[in-house]
Amino acid sequence: MSTERLAVARATEALTVILSLAVLYGLWAGMAAILQSRELPAPDAVFAFLWNEAVNGELWLHLGMTLLRVAAAFLIAMAIGSAIGIALGRSRLADRLFDPWLILLLNLPALVVIVLAYIWFGLNEVSAIGAVALTKIPNVAVTIREGTRAIDPTLTEMAKVFRFPPGRLLRHVILPQLQPYFAAATRSGIALIWKIVLVVELLGRSNGVGFQIYTYFQFFDVRAILGYSLAFVAVMLLVEMIVVQPLERQATRWRKRDA
Amino acid sequence: MLEVDIRSKSFRTARGAELPALGEVGFTVAPGEFVCLTGPSGCGKTTTLKLILGLDTDFEGSIRRPSGRLAAVFQEPRLLPWRSVEQNVRLALPEELASADLTPLFELLGIPATERLYPGELSLGMARRVALARAFALEPALLLLDEPFVSLDDATAERLRTLLMSVWNARPTAALMVTHNLREAAELADRIVLLSERPGHVVKVVSIDTPRGARDAATIDRIVSKLRPRG
Repeated sequence: MSTERLAVARATEALTVILSLAVLYGLWAGMAAILQSRELPAPDAVFAFLWNEAVNGELWLHLGMTLLRVAAAFLIAMAIGSAIGIALGRSRLADRLFDPWLILLLNLPALVVIVLAYIWFGLNEVSAIGAVALTKIPNVAVTIREGTRAIDPTLTEMAKVFRFPPGRLLRHVILPQLQPYFAAATRSGIALIWKIVLVVELLGRSNGVGFQIYTYFQFFDVRAILGYSLAFVAVMLLVEMIVVQPLERQATRWRKRDA
Repeated sequence: MLEVDIRSKSFRTARGAELPALGEVGFTVAPGEFVCLTGPSGCGKTTTLKLILGLDTDFEGSIRRPSGRLAAVFQEPRLLPWRSVEQNVRLALPEELASADLTPLFELLGIPATERLYPGELSLGMARRVALARAFALEPALLLLDEPFVSLDDATAERLRTLLMSVWNARPTAALMVTHNLREAAELADRIVLLSERPGHVVKVVSIDTPRGARDAATIDRIVSKLRPRG
């Protein structure tokens, strides 16, 4: 009975999403049909363009390059940001010393970081990825700092009494407590990073979705711009569904079992 | 042999004032001996235990711990909620015991042998049993218990005391238990160390000659009356 009800609820939910998307599609198609303008192409024109780009391989090259940059910048930002966040969460002195730096970096527009990185370190891949990572590091650090401050000292004491080696302490005591904060940093991180990667590509790379959008912007080719954007949004949704959500479920499975 | 020789311990308040917590506290616990540390609330029992556990090293005096492993059962079970019951016990084990068979211990303590049981699914009494299992599993040279039976109903507490004694009898080790419950101390201990009001110092040490199994209500009453002030 309850599983049936659950199935019905799921189906209703899925149907709502499909309906909502269909309405959006309808609105778009309707507007395009009324306006008949190059500046708002019909959905089928956009999908035809995407199909064409997919067949000739262009789409995969640019999507792939952007995705690689997103992944590299994300990994670097998470690693460095977490290390900084944990250090700041544990040491009051370090926090007092470096908090102003964090605030400064948090408020520095990504565009400034990108432009300066290109000027100082050249128009290359390292500057590009480094600049994107740098714009995300303070966010990760602040989130993980909060998590580190929230660590339960009684469990740390327990681990100390039972002489947990450092690796075991980190893996079984500290990281599980930081997990929700990692999840939060990951979520906001991926969303932020892929948008900034497009800017980096627009300003100084010769491939990637950002570069393509810039190229087609010069021709005012809205069909291509929408096509590439939609393709990339689809990729990021897939990443969310295939990577982020299963990881979250796996890490929080103990939470769902209440006594 | 655990040799505790605390001269004094004080805490510093946020304003910098010194707040004495312990005076002279000296006693020993021999291997295979069960000692209870008791006294009025706030007298520094738990502080003493923290010093012995090495969680606080800021005090005057010295503490010599027996060579070998240390285990503790805290007031709260302090289990890792994101690890299964069995993993909680295993994670506390040193390398050489990593593959130890926990079944006899779990059976003795009446812990269900379900593999995918998480601490969140346990009652407080059951979580305390797991905390006991974790402490005994590593075959400690010194076992420290900090009021392990508070906030349980009388029947559950009594059952757990019996269980504690049966695992301890099977694997005797130097044990020090902090409790404010004098009857509990009189029932379990070989020796009772009584602390004064804060700042706690040792007022009295009572050795109990009657074997644990032979202590009836009258014996326990007699021991408790010795511990009462001016008694």
